[in-house]
Amino acid sequence: MIDMIAPQGSEPAVTPIGEGQNWQGSLDELKGMISPRALTGETMLLNMGPHHPSTHGVLRLLLELDGETIVSCVPDVGYLHTGIEKNMEAKTYTKALVMTDRMDYLNPLGNNLVYCLALEKLASLDVPERAMIGRVILAELTRINSHLVWLGTHCLDIGAMSMMLYCFREREEILDIFELVSGQRMMTSYFRPGGLWRDLPDEFIPTVQAFLDHFPKRVDDYETILNKNPLWIDRTQGIGVITPEDAIALGCTGPVLRASGIAHDVRKSQPYSCYESFDFSVITGDHGDVYDRFLVRVKEMRESIKIVQQGLKMLRKGPFISSNRKFVPPPRAELGQSMEAVIHHFKLWTEGFRIGKGEVYFPTESPRGELGCHLIADGSTNPYRVHFRTPSFVHISALPKLVEGEMLADVVAIIGSIDIVLGDCDR
Amino acid sequence: MGISSKLGNLGVVTTSLETAVNWGRTGALWPLLFGLACCAIEMMAAQCSNYDLSRFGMELNRASPRQADLIIVAGRVTRKMAPVIRQLYDQMPSPKWVLAMGDCASCSGVFNNYAVVQGVDEIIPVDVYVAGCPPRPEQLIHGIMTLHEKIRGERITDWAS
Amino acid sequence: MQNLRSLGDRVQEAFPDAVLDTIAFRDELTLIIDPEKIIEVARFCRDTEGLEFNLLSDLSFVDYYPEEPRFAVCYHLYSIFFRHRLRLKVMLSGEEPQVATVTPIYPAANWQEREAYDMMGIEFIGHPFLKRILMPKDWEGYPLRKDYPLGYEQVQFTFNFDEVMRQKPQAKREKNT
Repeated sequence: MIDMIAPQGSEPAVTPIGEGQNWQGSLDELKGMISPRALTGETMLLNMGPHHPSTHGVLRLLLELDGETIVSCVPDVGYLHTGIEKNMEAKTYTKALVMTDRMDYLNPLGNNLVYCLALEKLASLDVPERAMIGRVILAELTRINSHLVWLGTHCLDIGAMSMMLYCFREREEILDIFELVSGQRMMTSYFRPGGLWRDLPDEFIPTVQAFLDHFPKRVDDYETILNKNPLWIDRTQGIGVITPEDAIALGCTGPVLRASGIAHDVRKSQPYSCYESFDFSVITGDHGDVYDRFLVRVKEMRESIKIVQQGLKMLRKGPFISSNRKFVPPPRAELGQSMEAVIHHFKLWTEGFRIGKGEVYFPTESPRGELGCHLIADGSTNPYRVHFRTPSFVHISALPKLVEGEMLADVVAIIGSIDIVLGDCDR
Repeated sequence: MGISSKLGNLGVVTTSLETAVNWGRTGALWPLLFGLACCAIEMMAAQCSNYDLSRFGMELNRASPRQADLIIVAGRVTRKMAPVIRQLYDQMPSPKWVLAMGDCASCSGVFNNYAVVQGVDEIIPVDVYVAGCPPRPEQLIHGIMTLHEKIRGERITDWAS
Repeated sequence: MQNLRSLGDRVQEAFPDAVLDTIAFRDELTLIIDPEKIIEVARFCRDTEGLEFNLLSDLSFVDYYPEEPRFAVCYHLYSIFFRHRLRLKVMLSGEEPQVATVTPIYPAANWQEREAYDMMGIEFIGHPFLKRILMPKDWEGYPLRKDYPLGYEQVQFTFNFDEVMRQKPQAKREKNT
């Protein structure tokens, strides 16, 4: 049991703010990362601070500039480090699920999914087919949701401000679907170990169908505004190029890798949650620049529409969660009739379920790249160790390679194109 | 509001200085563009066309603290970010107000651990707390309306004496 | 699974004294490697035909306190062409957890190893820039170790209200001029 509370009477953990705290750091700390010209003053160090309109969250970049060209770049992350991994060790498996939503906050259902899948693999828990298809539908809707926010903010940074309003208008409809299903717009915690929290309501299929009826035309609108727009092409083509070899060496996955030409998608290479029964293609680009990453994501939105359409047709009536009472609470109606149900309910609510010793790594495809969960269980009710492999962390580490030699104004376009979410990076 | 019109159709209203100043301050509160985590996405959704915030005069989010009146702390504040928030708050000119949006800013929400500041009111004084994880855009708007009421209730003797 | 086992056998044949143990669990293969030999084994896994593990998916780190060896570093390797995964695990002692860095072979490990150092104090010999990444620069202690407290603040009820307020820093309210 880890020691939770500091001894009584000890000093509070936070030192008084603002007194002698130099959070910016000094120049000689950076000796390994910036060129020697910065130390002599020949090039300028610019701080693109944690509070910046275009860094998509609290990312701090130290840019070494020679005029307008960037010589080197040192990203400084950790401004959103929430200690989720350690906090999950102090909670039971089900309570820890709630914290996974808040990691990559544009893909909350995807985070739920990866944790649930790792848990189910470790505990050998079966998931009924209705739950698997429901999970796929909602995960793809979350992918569309995430890409819409990406598109809106990316265009806002580059200057096409009306795209932000269009994308958020679409997004409201998807959030209405999440609210219909779980009661919450964003942090739903809807996927539970064994299946779904509650059954998909009857209005689910008509509502999603109504969304799918008009959304493809909207994606056509976005492509009409941007694809052949000379301003957009000027600002995005040839910028932030990464070769396939560099991308693989630096660990990039997802649209960043696919735009460089490598067709790697975890949904195809290691299918999970019955993705193998769906028909969709993996979109790749040719040049690996900002424009290609933009095209890959917009086309992925279309593929997600296809998957959701197929999923709606495949949905059949049936159980929505596993019937293994050691892990899944019994429905309330059963509690009045069966003594075992009451005992299971009691055990699950007081101490939670236990998973035997084991270690598993489960990769999934989040809108940003490969999201993996390394879960170690030791026979107790709490996870012994949870580690999330998050794509944004790896992509920000590839950022110095992407921005070297580019102009300062292009940094904003490049950061937007790699689609980082700082909650995903810092956890 | 204590307005009474005199002299018929000449269009003159009389009121107290306090009321006029407070009314002016609520009319266009410019927020500082300060989204940290998930609540920032709901703040952006509140800013966009479905739940328009520009009808409250808050169309523009100022990126520079020197030009902002209101800081909406949207998201969890970590120990590494705490001195940054303090510096931004100190850089804002008076009058300034703070709205703690969401559970993490109010009381650290789900995260009771070494890395998260337990409520942003450990660092900067908060005027209005908006609960929710994340709060719906309508909840944020209710929080802003509450802040407007609070500003309208401010006394001129607090700052003018 | 058969395919993975044959891959594990190939690594074992090439480095008979480096592979200390093999664990197969839920269609995943884990090889426990001697910390001194991790560089050669990783290079073998990346460059040999038939293995070609070119993507370092994840570099995870575990604290098995109070067991000895205390720390473990897990390298999750993936081959994009063959679509197979492998886990290499390295067990380190509690007093001085040190292992050579795999950054020359997999540059993706750069920040992951910094995170391992920041969170657990594992030192990677030869790393180009081993500094704290997620915690503030002057933080003391390694948060994800099992003997580091969570930093839980007591929930404030009416009976312990004053006690918690005494420990909690409070910002002073300024006048709005």
